[in-house]
Amino acid sequence: MAIKPFAHGNAVTVAEAVEALSASCRPLAGGTDLLAMMKADLTAPESLVNLKTIPELHEIGVVPDAETTKGLRIGAMVTLSQLAAHPAVQGRQELGRGSLTRSSMAVLHQAILRTASPQLRHMATLGGNLLQEPRCWYYRNELIPCWRKGGRLCYAYRGENKRHVILGGGPCYAVHPSDPAVALLAMDASLRIVGPAGERTMSLAEFYHPPDRETRTVTHLAIDELITEIRVPAPQAGTRGVYVKVAERAAWDFALAAVAIQAVMEGDTIRSCRVALGGVATIPWRASQVEEVLMGQASSPAPLSTAVIDRAVEAVVEDIRPLEHNGYKADLLQGVLREALDQLR
Amino acid sequence: MADKVHVTTLLNGESVEFLCAPSQTLLECLRDILGLTGAKNGCNDGNCGACSVLLDGRLANSCLVLGAEADGRTVITIEGLADWAGLHPIQQSFVEEDGLQCGCCTPGMIIAAKALLDREPNPSDGRIREWMAGNLCRCTGYETITRAVRRAAAHLNGEGAEG
Repeated sequence: MAIKPFAHGNAVTVAEAVEALSASCRPLAGGTDLLAMMKADLTAPESLVNLKTIPELHEIGVVPDAETTKGLRIGAMVTLSQLAAHPAVQGRQELGRGSLTRSSMAVLHQAILRTASPQLRHMATLGGNLLQEPRCWYYRNELIPCWRKGGRLCYAYRGENKRHVILGGGPCYAVHPSDPAVALLAMDASLRIVGPAGERTMSLAEFYHPPDRETRTVTHLAIDELITEIRVPAPQAGTRGVYVKVAERAAWDFALAAVAIQAVMEGDTIRSCRVALGGVATIPWRASQVEEVLMGQASSPAPLSTAVIDRAVEAVVEDIRPLEHNGYKADLLQGVLREALDQLR
Repeated sequence: MADKVHVTTLLNGESVEFLCAPSQTLLECLRDILGLTGAKNGCNDGNCGACSVLLDGRLANSCLVLGAEADGRTVITIEGLADWAGLHPIQQSFVEEDGLQCGCCTPGMIIAAKALLDREPNPSDGRIREWMAGNLCRCTGYETITRAVRRAAAHLNGEGAEG
């Protein structure tokens, strides 16, 4: 389907873009999701403001985070392939004392490389990736007025739901499609957000919320606000990360289940860790109960004991509420968690 | 109706100017305005890769790029590969390895292969398969396509064709 006519303008500054934003004027980043949504007539803005022409949004900077560590600041228009090629993300540029290891940023690097296809990674931006619309087949069908689009019902709840939510679902059961968001949640990343009233910073953990009954969205981004920067704190010494994803195809597919772990090791012991799950909830899902099981357990250099892995898997199962056709995802998620814990050494 | 946009691009090595509506994709501009029908309209939403082009040297789905945003950029399509002397080595390799049947995905496949070999002259089979993941083929099967890319790499590296 051709896209309905709209006006197009290039913004040069963030302020200019923010001033233009409204319900009928939407920001255009990489276009890989928005233009597809417009072709399907799921959204029809009167105008688009191009953000790719704002130079500052393309910068990746290593900046002092504290006295001895440095964080990574990623402009929202940095593409996924640019980010995957950055020396800091590849573990070749020091971000903090003792952080110069391949594994300290590996969770993000692996998540990006499991995202979409080479074509799409060249086009898609990190900011846009965090704000993708769900891939639910009912949501993406312009003829179906599902709850997320302002209708009364979630058709997936009693319908074809094999790819849908198993954790914390309702009223919408569409999974969040992003891989990088899951990795960034495990890394405790935060966002710089700019709107008419100025700028604010918000952790990714706070940014996402289950579908809101008023706005039917899953983020705290207002209609006239932009994500301008993604901030990743410097990994502490001894940090190890892993991202494991399972999809129907080995490449170019959305996660059926994914696990991101970012752990800080002290000798053989897991001093602290953050665990996030993808492909299973309406938002990137923090698995605090799994973190509690893992904290203080010995891992390196030997793998975690079977007993600990079993307890971690049990902890993730507790909250799972599968729908009619997606019970298999509970098993998948357990397998992916086992695989991730096995790789964490 | 929004005003048309004036676009200047370096297309297959030549400076090209055209007018398009803001809502027209680069794929529509190539096919409907400029008459370059090599890039195919497959799925039209970024899934299949049949519309692949090189945008500033990087592989991109032209169905998800606005024509207006190609202004000032370099575009290479399948039409830009062969020259007066004959087929490009990648095209020749697809012929030699039977890397096509119906041919609908082939322009995108060849452009994707070029994007890879321009940066990585000696990719492994695994790397080739991983890289070509954004280009779907519904009839050839991926084996001969992978072989064609491997043969093209050998050609471009100045080695004789294998076997």
